[in-house]
Parts: sequence; C-alpha cells; structure tokens
Amino acid sequence: MSGAWKAADVVGLREETTTARTIRLRLPAPVPALAGQHIDIRLTAPDGYQAVRSYSVAGATPDGFEITVEELPDGEVSPYLVRDLAVGDQLEVRGPVGGWFVWRAEDSGPVQLIGGGSGVVPLMAMARAHAAAAHPAPFRLLYSVRSPESVFYREELESLAERETFDVTYVYTRKAPDGEPAGRLDKGTLARHVLDGGSDPAVFICGATGFVEAVSGWLLDLGHAPDRIKTERYGGMGGTS
Amino acid sequence: MNVWTGQPRAQALEDDYLDGNALAGPLSEVFSIDITAALGTCGGCGAEGAIAEARLYVNAPAKILRCPSCGAVLLRLDEREGRLILDLSGFKNVTIRLE
Repeated sequence: MSGAWKAADVVGLREETTTARTIRLRLPAPVPALAGQHIDIRLTAPDGYQAVRSYSVAGATPDGFEITVEELPDGEVSPYLVRDLAVGDQLEVRGPVGGWFVWRAEDSGPVQLIGGGSGVVPLMAMARAHAAAAHPAPFRLLYSVRSPESVFYREELESLAERETFDVTYVYTRKAPDGEPAGRLDKGTLARHVLDGGSDPAVFICGATGFVEAVSGWLLDLGHAPDRIKTERYGGMGGTS
Repeated sequence: MNVWTGQPRAQALEDDYLDGNALAGPLSEVFSIDITAALGTCGGCGAEGAIAEARLYVNAPAKILRCPSCGAVLLRLDEREGRLILDLSGFKNVTIRLE
C-alpha cells in the first residue's frame, strides 16, 4: 500500500443520538478538505484482517476534522466506532477525498441541501463551511428524520438558522413534536420547502437509496435541472478493501 | 485502547451496491486528480453521468462499476499483491474538468 494512509488521533467524542456519535480526529499534518468530502477508515485486527469503510466529513477543525457515525446494528465497523473507540485511540485514515459531492465557496449561487437520516452529515459540512465563510448565498436544508430524538446537530442548526442566509426545515417521518404532523416526505411537502427551480439552486441530496431516488425524481418533475442535482447515497460508501 | 477484532459480515446480497464515490480513496493512491468527479459516457447505452453516481459492486475479487442506466460494466479495479489493474474499457469516453 502507498503512503496515502495516515494515523489520526481520536481527540474528542460527542454523542449525537443514542446510536450515533461524532468523532473528532487530529491529523499529523493539515490536509486540504472540501465540504462534502469523505474519508476512508481502515481497521486492522490483531490477526491482520482488515476492513475499510468510508464516512462523510461533518466539518473541518483547525488540526483535522470530525465525522459522525451512525451505528448499523449488524455492522462490522460502525458498532466499534460508536461504542468502543476512545479518546487517545488512533485510526488509519485516507483522505479527505471525492470531488463530486462538494460545495465550493467560489460557487455564488443558492444551495438547497436535502438530507435523510444520517445523510445530513456531508450537508452539515457544507452548512458549516457556508457559515465559516460568511457566504452571502442563500442556503436551505430540508432534513428528513425519524423523530426529534434522531436529529443530529440540532442546537448548532438552530444557531445557524438565526442567520438570514440559512434556513432549516425538519420533516419527521415517524414521530413529530406535539402539534406537528409526522409522515414521510412527499412531493407536495418537498415543493413547499425547497428553493424554487427557477432560482437555479445547486441541489445536494444525501440519504438512503430510496430517499435519494424519490427526491431527485420529484425535483425533476418540479422543474429543477438534472445537471444541478448531485446525489450521494449513505451506506453507499461502505465496502471492504 | 479498545482493540477491534473484526467480524466479517455474512454474505452480502448480490444486489448490494455502493456509490462510485467510494472509488475516490483507492484511486487517490494512483491519480493526482479526483476521477470520481469526471463524467463518463457508457460504451453500451451512451448514458452520461458522474463516476461518483454510478453503481459500485464490491462483493467480487475486483471492484466493478456499472452503468446505472443499462448495467454494463464501466470500470474494473483489481487490487492485489501490490499491484492495481484498472480496466476502463466500458466507457466510450471520460471527460475530466480541468480546474
């Protein structure tokens, strides 16, 4: 293997929900990162067996970055990252990589982010980069999530939404706060809450396969241009190597 | 320090695929630019799309990227024994945007 793999120190851990946590990693030397990129993590067992998984970067830090990992109950890697990993441990990482599902501050146009479940993670990296740059473009996030308890980054999202250029809408699919409806995202709800296709927003959709395919289809029906829609499927970046 | 011991998952479903996005890491070891952001034209049906959004199958000795429109094999990446074989013959062409 090449020198692409680096040892990163685990310097912080934060529970996002009962099944997800944010891991703060410090790298030996700073690396350039674009909002929306992912890293590969390689774990090696004492007998030499290895597994590689990809995780979206949730945001940059001065000496590294954070990822947020959702535990998959029968997963091979995520239960270790969510339950066992401790501050002071090291992880082998490669990246950040990926140049497709990224937002660049040079892009001046409006942006619509649409996330399902833990698909919000790379979108959060974009929202944080937008805020860090005090970027003037309107950003909107539509966040489809099972229940209020399943929301990642809630306090920070609320504080981001105090700015005029950022807006967040939650769609609760199973259980909503009192007085709000619960139900899966549909075309009508989508149309009410996303930036109009006429303003030609860049659209980033991340979530499970069915979610991504349904939402991108509805957006095309609503007049969004196909070449303005970028998609990423979570769980779509696992794999072994 | 908690030691990860690894528990290989049971046989994955045959139709279990990833995003071509997952090729960004392995290919970063050999290319200085990100290939997954390139637009590829399928040699089978002519559909055009980002490599990042094609379907990547990893439950084989090599990683296989298939066209989301017609299922044709676009790319095969075989990494073993210290070498990497990259077969791009399923593409009619690949367009890389220069920054």
